[in-house]
Amino acid sequence: MDFYGINPAVLIASLMVASVPIMLAAIGELVVEKAGVLNLGVEGMMIMGAVCGFITAVHTGSPWAGFLGGAAGAMAISLIFALLTQVFLANQVATGLAMTLFGLGLSSLMGQGYNGIKPPAMADVPLGPLEDIPFIGRAFLSHDAMVYVSILIVAGVWAVLKYSRVGLILRAVGENHDAAHALGYKVRRIRVLAILFGAAMAGLGGAYVSLVRVPQWTDGITAGAGWIALAIVVFASWKPWRVLIGAYLFGGITVLQLNLQAAGARIPVEYLSMSPYLITILVLVIMSSGKGRAGLNAPAALGQNFHASR
Amino acid sequence: MFTLEKRPTPSKAWAWGTPFLAVALTMVAGGLLFAALGKDPFAVVRTIFWDPLFGEFARYLRGQLLVKAAPLTLIAVGLALGFRAGIWNIGAEGQYIIGAITGAAIGLAVYPTESRWIFPLMILGGAFGGWVWAMIPALLRTKFNTNEILVSLMLVYVAETILSKAATGFLRNPEGMGFPGSRSFSSYAAAGNPELIAGTGLHWGVVAALIAVIWAYVLLQRHLLGYQIKLAGQAPRAARFAGVSADRLVMLCMGMSGALAGLAGLFEVTGPAGQISIDFNVGYGFTAIIVAFLGRLNPFGILLAALLMALTYVGGEMAATNLGLPSSAIRVFQGMLLFFLLAVDLLSNYRIRLAGAAREVR
Repeated sequence: MDFYGINPAVLIASLMVASVPIMLAAIGELVVEKAGVLNLGVEGMMIMGAVCGFITAVHTGSPWAGFLGGAAGAMAISLIFALLTQVFLANQVATGLAMTLFGLGLSSLMGQGYNGIKPPAMADVPLGPLEDIPFIGRAFLSHDAMVYVSILIVAGVWAVLKYSRVGLILRAVGENHDAAHALGYKVRRIRVLAILFGAAMAGLGGAYVSLVRVPQWTDGITAGAGWIALAIVVFASWKPWRVLIGAYLFGGITVLQLNLQAAGARIPVEYLSMSPYLITILVLVIMSSGKGRAGLNAPAALGQNFHASR
Repeated sequence: MFTLEKRPTPSKAWAWGTPFLAVALTMVAGGLLFAALGKDPFAVVRTIFWDPLFGEFARYLRGQLLVKAAPLTLIAVGLALGFRAGIWNIGAEGQYIIGAITGAAIGLAVYPTESRWIFPLMILGGAFGGWVWAMIPALLRTKFNTNEILVSLMLVYVAETILSKAATGFLRNPEGMGFPGSRSFSSYAAAGNPELIAGTGLHWGVVAALIAVIWAYVLLQRHLLGYQIKLAGQAPRAARFAGVSADRLVMLCMGMSGALAGLAGLFEVTGPAGQISIDFNVGYGFTAIIVAFLGRLNPFGILLAALLMALTYVGGEMAATNLGLPSSAIRVFQGMLLFFLLAVDLLSNYRIRLAGAAREVR
């Protein structure tokens, strides 16, 4: 059952691993955008998560501490974004870009001297005999805990947004901040909390890149994953479950092209390695055009700053 | 607590004052960063901001300022046109790369013909390459409503892959013993972009940057299109009622910024960089975003901002060699500058009042 020497079970297994970072970052950004904030700094937060997580894990020897460190690092840098956009009312697009440029520089500064070090390994979740089920065991049940945690987080965000009061308030703030303010909700506070949640998720995703997926530290290690996460939110039309599908789609393309490269397919390596970005564009085009376009589903106050005049 | 009161119109004084305030704040925060890295902050700030202008090696380094400021100005002037109209082209790095490849390919295709028409043709090719690369997000935005921020950014990664293919494949020097990189333009007079006056750093890219600044200023101040760009950015609804076609603006703004970025790439690759290599691009396309904002999206402001940013590049390299400052510290410094700039912009759009004081007046 091999194609080009690619085993489908192994392909699915590596697809699940490859999609974790973008899934986490995208679900975080989805919450942020649902609150009406467009944070284009996902790439910057992810790479901060990657470097902080890596440093923490190397010094503590625990990948779990690394994930916490990654989330904390990304949240720290996102506080600047929160301060600028929510208190100083700066343009969200520009501030997000600033955070990406700043994060790329700062991460490379912090990561000096960590090149070539191996981080502590992340153990697979022991599922005992389940892992021995043919195909399914190899493809779905022999992963580290973050693979399952990320799926649980997507489910959690879906449930909270759809069924809870917190989710309703969050969506209200994102659809019409003036109305939410008039009802007495603290628009600014809710948005800051959403930004912090999004940063924590991007940080976890970044830490997963440097601790599990690669696993080592090099400059610019996230290689546009944060931007792909932003594209996935559009692809998902701001619906949590579709983030899952989107992340698996892009994870699948990444893994497939890497496997094709390794298997020596007759397509030149360059075309394969640009394919995730080209397919992102293609998917964006399909999703944003036509009658059922994704843009119609965007939160109404997305990207607009809130200034309470009264 | 403080409260913010929106100004009816942005303050003119603060519009001029904020860039200087932001630079001052960045120097303070940067000094703290350098101190945290175990360097003497005053020595570092002096090495970055003073020595390239008036220090021992200033004669050579002043030329380097122009070399670094020219691409930043060219790209930022184009980006600013779009930013003014609310069109976010953040893929200038990609347009810069593709412009460089297209223009260089024309020159390399006719090697070793010597004709005075080759370099002008290459310039056109560079602008065309950047324009084409920018037309992709522009067309997708106007025809399919696709977000131009994401598409233009994705195309940077695609352009980088094409660049590595060009340097190792279709533009590789056939006499280069298999090493990556194209033929050197410095030894091919008809296609080279040498220093026009030795020791000044002045090359055709600097000339083009100055022309672009004046052209953009005239466009914004004296031309209907410039008026429409400003109108669309400040009052999109009013612009629609006035019959300004949003699609046309997207195509024009993206196209102009792409062509300018492509030009910058061509001048860089034929002059200072000297050849198409895998990593000839050093992120000018992204730094130009900072330059555009630092120059307050005003062409002449951008010129000054580009010179300042060039100073941080040149001075940063000096600090790296003389004081052992990590080169990434400069990128952090540039990022900080944009943060401070966005923060102090508050002062030009809002008045800050003490909440208690306001009540007493009433």
